[in-house]
Amino acid sequence: MIAEIGLAALWLGAALAVLQLLGGFLGAREQGSELTPLVRPAAMLQALLCAVSFGALVYAFAVTDLSVELVATHSHSMKPLAFKLSGAWANHEGSMLLWITVMALAGGLIALIEHRLPSRMMMATLGAQAFVAVGFYLFILLSSNPFKRLSPVPADGNGLNPLLQDMGVSFHPPTLYIGYVGLSVAFSFAVGALLTRNVTPEFARVMRPWVLGSWIFLTIGIAAGSYWAYYELGWGGWWFWDPVENASLMPWLAATALLHSASVLAARDALRTWTIMLGVIAFSMSMLGTFLVRSGILTSVHAFAVDPERGSFILILLALYIGGALVLFALRASTIAEGERFALFSREGALVVNNVALSSILGIVLLGTLYPLLTEAFDVRVSVGPPYFNPVSAIFFLPMLAILAVGPLLRWRTDSFRRIRLPVIIIAVVTIAVLALVLALTEIGILPLLGLAMSVGIAIASFMPLRGRNILRTPLPIWGMCVAHFGVAVALFGVAADTAFQQERLVAASPGDVIEIGPWEARMTSVSPVAGPNWTAMQGDLLVSYEGGPVRDAHPQARSFWAPQGETSEVALLTRWNGQLYVALGNMADDGRWQLRLWWKPFVTYIWYGGLLIAFGGMLALLGRVIGDVRRRSAELREDRRRADEAELAAS
Amino acid sequence: MNAKTDRGLKPKHQRLVLVIVALVALVGAGLLAAYALRNQASYFYVPADIAASPPAPGQAIRLGGMVENGSITTAADGVTVEFVVQDGVARVPVTYAGIVPALFVEGSGVVAEGSMGADGTFVADNLLAKHDENYMPRELEGMSTAELREELQESVAGAGE
Repeated sequence: MIAEIGLAALWLGAALAVLQLLGGFLGAREQGSELTPLVRPAAMLQALLCAVSFGALVYAFAVTDLSVELVATHSHSMKPLAFKLSGAWANHEGSMLLWITVMALAGGLIALIEHRLPSRMMMATLGAQAFVAVGFYLFILLSSNPFKRLSPVPADGNGLNPLLQDMGVSFHPPTLYIGYVGLSVAFSFAVGALLTRNVTPEFARVMRPWVLGSWIFLTIGIAAGSYWAYYELGWGGWWFWDPVENASLMPWLAATALLHSASVLAARDALRTWTIMLGVIAFSMSMLGTFLVRSGILTSVHAFAVDPERGSFILILLALYIGGALVLFALRASTIAEGERFALFSREGALVVNNVALSSILGIVLLGTLYPLLTEAFDVRVSVGPPYFNPVSAIFFLPMLAILAVGPLLRWRTDSFRRIRLPVIIIAVVTIAVLALVLALTEIGILPLLGLAMSVGIAIASFMPLRGRNILRTPLPIWGMCVAHFGVAVALFGVAADTAFQQERLVAASPGDVIEIGPWEARMTSVSPVAGPNWTAMQGDLLVSYEGGPVRDAHPQARSFWAPQGETSEVALLTRWNGQLYVALGNMADDGRWQLRLWWKPFVTYIWYGGLLIAFGGMLALLGRVIGDVRRRSAELREDRRRADEAELAAS
Repeated sequence: MNAKTDRGLKPKHQRLVLVIVALVALVGAGLLAAYALRNQASYFYVPADIAASPPAPGQAIRLGGMVENGSITTAADGVTVEFVVQDGVARVPVTYAGIVPALFVEGSGVVAEGSMGADGTFVADNLLAKHDENYMPRELEGMSTAELREELQESVAGAGE
């Protein structure tokens, strides 16, 4: 019964989306339409219906309702409750329902709270939002119905891929989806602005919180995904340039560029066309990511759809939306008037460099990700990995970091080098000093060397915009920028330090053996079997100490799951302020010894601390913008009331 | 370019300069990417390919095939594994130091990432095998190289995750 309610709610939502689509686009015309008053309520009601539908699916998973096919194929009664719930979106159908739900909630929210824009533009925006939504409703209802019943009802379900039975992964997809879908809102605003020729600073101010919000979620999602791959795969790496990882990185790169260009548009009314273009590209990258991940073109834990029909459905949606938006852009771009001018040596100029560099990196990642698919068409199998991505993206990444250090010090419109000479000299001297020091003391590769030096330079530079400001009166968005840029420095430091100084040992050990790795000493005491709710494992027991300090336990496991069958490696991580010891247990060798793989990874945790700082900076900026908007709105209200009072007095 | 000459530019020209700068950077990125892809992409080989035209030692490639029955030996250090990958046409000896995947067994498919050593041994940095025991055909004989390639690629594509 619950499942039928979910399905009915979804159909109703789809019908409302069609209404919103028609009403929105008709209402965007000069003459308006009688459907216009219905558009906002349709969007809000849709949010409610989708929430009901998604709730119904989560309920079916929570009670393991095996008469629902999706539950039977992806869940198991013996799975822990948390993974039963997360199982609702750890599959193709459920994740698509999550997508449309997040999208409907976002659409409902803009319909509810956004009253700053001209009505016509708002209608066009909601119409565009519904246009995207209708495609996804159709996709779910026609080819991926999550509520399909199963008869006869099986005795128990198939369970969830063991790699996905992990708390980190439970929150990874919703986080990324909120990010992806937030960009759909930015896209809708861009289309609305293009259709009604309203590319104004006001448009940028309305769009910015959405870009900022989705960028925060994408940042957290990528950091969480990277940490998951790091500890769950047991390979000691935190970024593999896997197509699935790239699929989340590309929208992030586009969103980062969009965020910066939207600030220029909001503050200075420049970069109008470019901002619109980025809005289109950012959402295209989310769609492309979804396509790559969901179509079955790439087989991985993420690729649930093996059905080629679904792949072609998503491909058609992709072509329709991206193609349509690009055609609209091509038709209307020439009508966007030139914005305010600026000198190249100015804040705007620095942000243009940032945007071009980000776009170039985006292009490089995109080409590298699609290249294997292209060559496959000619029956040549290749894979593209770090030897391509690392050096090629670094060529654009390093200059961008240099601009990141200096750009925030510049004034809008025009500036002179003389004014910022002192801070620039300080940053340059520190960077070069660190470079020389590291070069003298160690022998590391050129990229980690530059990374270490620049991370220190940027860390100092990131707080320089606060110079000469009253700390207490500094607006939150400025703080946000400083914290986010500092986060970049922290993450860069972690990446460079781990790449340059990590140590690895691979040994076969018997109980009693002592293994030395870097500053650590590990004594293996025993290997014994242990059991969990739906797995058994061999567990290694090690006593480890750092430079002869206090002894700590490490328990790496090699787990075997039985529903469905699969093996995972549960690594033991010992975290210190200056890095992590990473221990993975392998197989038993013929002579009874156990394989152990250990890494000492100095400062590796800074990668994710940095990611979190970047997201936190975004949150500060978002909070500042929202508070600013609320203040401005209440001030306007007061002003209106005062005028009304005056008018009344004058009349009496 | 300094601020003064810039201010002298007509609006149209400034826009043009920006567009050209952006285009040059993006096209440059594209060309660089294309060049690097040709050199850095690692190609997929089966033993027959290696016998026909061996790749340069040290060049990153991926080798796919069947682990020959009775060929797996573990060295005295307990962590270095040596085995032979064959495709019914040719055989390539492989050496790998590391933890092998759970379903790496004789007579089943494997893809090794690494490069050829100077002595004709493939040095693997990573082994990929499917996390599923039901996928691999028992008989390999008589399969064409293309079919085998197809089969292997499908079977191990998911192992990278």
